[in-house]
Amino acid sequence: MLSVRHLRVEFPTRHGTLVALDDVSFDIAPGEVLGVVGESGAGKSMTGNAVIRLLEPPGHIAAGEVLLSGKRIDDLPEEHFVPLRGRHIGMIFQDPLTSLNPLFSVGDQLVETIRAHLPMSEKQAREEALRLLREVGIPAPETRLDSYPHQFSGGMRQRVVIALALAARPEFIIADEPTTALDVSVQAQILALLKRLCADHGTAVMLVTHDMGVIAETADRVAVMYAGRLIEIGPVDEVIRNPQHPYTKGLMASIPGIAKRLERLYQIEGSMPRLAAIPEGCAFNPRCPHAQQRCRAERPDLMPAGGSQAACWLHDPVDPLPLRQDLAGEEVSHVR
Amino acid sequence: MCADTAVKKSMATQGEVLLEAQDLARHFDVSKPWLNRVIERREKLTLKAVDGVSFSIRRGETLSLVGESGCGKSTVARLVVGLYGLTRGKLAFDGEDISNLAGRTGRQAASVRKRFQMIFQDPYASLNPLWRVGTIIGEPLRFFRPEMNSADRRRRVGELLEHVGLSAMDANRYPHEFSGGQRQRISIARALANEPEFMICDEPTSALDVSVQAQILNLMRDLQDEYGLTYLFISHDMAVVKHMSDRIAVMYLGRIAEIAPADQLFENPHHPYSKMLLAAVPSLEGVGKERTVIQGEVPNPVHPPTGCAFHPRCPHANERCKAEVPRLIARSDGSEVACHGVEEGRLP
Repeated sequence: MLSVRHLRVEFPTRHGTLVALDDVSFDIAPGEVLGVVGESGAGKSMTGNAVIRLLEPPGHIAAGEVLLSGKRIDDLPEEHFVPLRGRHIGMIFQDPLTSLNPLFSVGDQLVETIRAHLPMSEKQAREEALRLLREVGIPAPETRLDSYPHQFSGGMRQRVVIALALAARPEFIIADEPTTALDVSVQAQILALLKRLCADHGTAVMLVTHDMGVIAETADRVAVMYAGRLIEIGPVDEVIRNPQHPYTKGLMASIPGIAKRLERLYQIEGSMPRLAAIPEGCAFNPRCPHAQQRCRAERPDLMPAGGSQAACWLHDPVDPLPLRQDLAGEEVSHVR
Repeated sequence: MCADTAVKKSMATQGEVLLEAQDLARHFDVSKPWLNRVIERREKLTLKAVDGVSFSIRRGETLSLVGESGCGKSTVARLVVGLYGLTRGKLAFDGEDISNLAGRTGRQAASVRKRFQMIFQDPYASLNPLWRVGTIIGEPLRFFRPEMNSADRRRRVGELLEHVGLSAMDANRYPHEFSGGQRQRISIARALANEPEFMICDEPTSALDVSVQAQILNLMRDLQDEYGLTYLFISHDMAVVKHMSDRIAVMYLGRIAEIAPADQLFENPHHPYSKMLLAAVPSLEGVGKERTVIQGEVPNPVHPPTGCAFHPRCPHANERCKAEVPRLIARSDGSEVACHGVEEGRLP
């Protein structure tokens, strides 16, 4: 469905060029939910924005290609790209209040979106809007169609945003932190809804979030990002239960669990490098307990590791780096 | 009163009570201006952010408040430190009545105030951007210990910075030069400046990434062991709360639905709302698991439902739940639950 090949996004600044995304490649199949996780600044939202071309200038795609259903879309001129948004690629943002126009009723916004993409009369579009609102689980949609966004609660607003994203039946949806602004009980409702609708319509979803729990329950595959690079990608079970990259291992172990209670959480020392100061070689090497000379000099590509792929020299098929044995035991005990 | 029995019970079974809250309430007037009310014939509107909350915290223990947004957990924190005045109820800190703390002026309140400190959620908004870190951390020392000379104060600030994992040299830098996690460390150093006994932490890690959250939570646990600190910990994240707490109070619309020892709440929650909240938490253990999705959202607190506030969303609600507000009732397993169903034995 969607293919991203060697994507590189640069921000030229006065102090030199910042590389926000560096050689990111992944595919999403129809009906699949790909979770993209990482800490703030890892480039996960940037990936979504680059695909749908909403990069803030001076940011731009410097290299690589984006293919939707086999057709290249990253080099289309702007006037040919605009019709793709909404029609072929839907977008759900974090804050439902800012993604709806406060001056128009929910019905007007839905009708406008539907008519922009599909050949329908005003009346048909209104019928379609009602059907969409019913589908996303808004009670008594006939009475809510003429309400304004401020009259809806947070969860209901996010349902409206989902209805808008689905209005033109896109093949692909980018959901950027769709439940971060919501309470847990509402979050569960929205995720279940998103998952059901996408399964019904065969829509592919790129779910961007920082919450591993959300990924664990919603995604089919996970891509883990660090400092603008993709460092591990694989089926959700594999990545969560059996992470291969030292960063993913640390990340999983640092999340407090509901089932088990640990005296201390595992902590990765230090913090993610700033874009202006990404280290040579593997970006994680200064924080990595296993880092050796090669990690400081050469950047690893994604390599098969367990059931997934990880960008780490520990998994080099030709000449794998040895795990540091003195640490191996300790680390395993921290990983659930 | 159930509050009295609850407090007596905990005093009888455990150590010294450091903070005791009885029937705390805080109401906010959210009505329109007088002229609008007269012309539009509107009633006065009151938002009961906290309405009858009782708990006690023993020395050295961590009590957590959890709940969804708008349940009043942050308001309770602000009532305890005296940032808001009480509409009703009583607060006692180490035996001293501090119900009127919000009304006291700085110097009058100082003797109590220096014994507890608060850590806020947003490390970007809670540090003055125009002050150097040394000035920020030194401020409580300047206020509470005016006799300390500036060389001693500088030395103390350096110690505090090193204690929270920063360097003494960082005192000369400004907050914007630090990352979110480092800023939260600065907030903690500031809170520790006067060697408080009691810390109120309002969502201290909500604005942080998970790997940084682990560092801060570990730091807070280490400091608790070292200084014997007592924490009132507020969070909406059930996993974080489980990691940090000895006891947990689940709040819903300004009231406590259930208080229980942490492990017990997770193993065997009684109140239907606690059950729902636990079932809704996405967790790593639940890969591929279908979650029980509970319908509905938190109602508008200006017009809360009658009786038990949870009854419109509760699958077990009956006529009594719609009419009568349930009280917290202690159970033999050490928990206290405010639910008619549990009290009558209809629910386990």
